[in-house]
Amino acid sequence: MLNNLTNTLDFQGQALALRSERQRLIAGNIANADTPGYVARDMDFAQALREATGSQAAASVPAATQAGHIGLGSGLAGARAESNLLYATASQTNLDRNTVDMDRERANFADNSVHYEATLRFINANVRTMLEAIKGQ
Amino acid sequence: MMSMFQIFNVSGSAVSAQSQRLNVVASNLANVDTVAGPDGQAYKARQVTFQTEMMGQLGQAGAAASAGVKVSNITEDQTPGRKVHDPKHPQADAEGYVTYSNVNAVEEMVNMISASRSYQNNVEVMNTAKTLLMKTLQMGQ
Repeated sequence: MLNNLTNTLDFQGQALALRSERQRLIAGNIANADTPGYVARDMDFAQALREATGSQAAASVPAATQAGHIGLGSGLAGARAESNLLYATASQTNLDRNTVDMDRERANFADNSVHYEATLRFINANVRTMLEAIKGQ
Repeated sequence: MMSMFQIFNVSGSAVSAQSQRLNVVASNLANVDTVAGPDGQAYKARQVTFQTEMMGQLGQAGAAASAGVKVSNITEDQTPGRKVHDPKHPQADAEGYVTYSNVNAVEEMVNMISASRSYQNNVEVMNTAKTLLMKTLQMGQ
């Protein structure tokens, strides 16, 4: 019963954690806009969320088949694992081999913060709905 | 939510690196007409080199390191300085030439604009992260 109530909350929580993770990645890209040889990174958000919430078996995460192996763990580990991070190609070539496109990063950053805030609002609305249901007024 | 707090480290390192670059530009621009420094040589233009600095626990499962920036070194431009024929100048050599610094003012101005834009970008990133964190604090209220 309680499971049904918190399932949505769990999902939104995972999404929020992933959004903040992506925000951190983009901040790293913007910080390195002038670093020679830096390659911009980003994550496939849909894929990462699918793996984090377990709605699809995490196929790309290697399994620990022997005692000495270090597993990538469950939950968020899939999203944070290096395998899920993608490299950006340069939209305009430049001499220092830096692939940060400031326009793209700024757009991604704004997009991600709006989504982060949206997820926050979903969580707040969910909590309010549940409280309303508990109070039963 | 801890990754949000790391944004302050990442952008903070970038802001400090960019301000160091701005500092070097200021020193170059100030010395654009310098004839000789304390060592008797003309001032040489300096330039910073940025390098990615991995922050946080690298290689640990569940935490990809974030990419900050640091100034790896400051190099001096070794091209010969501008020579001006001015025999009456106290610093003129035997042939009457005065060696000025090798600073290119136009290049430095461009460098300055680029540094200030990058600085602003990173400050804005920190502001956005702060706003989002403040809203996260109010979650469920």
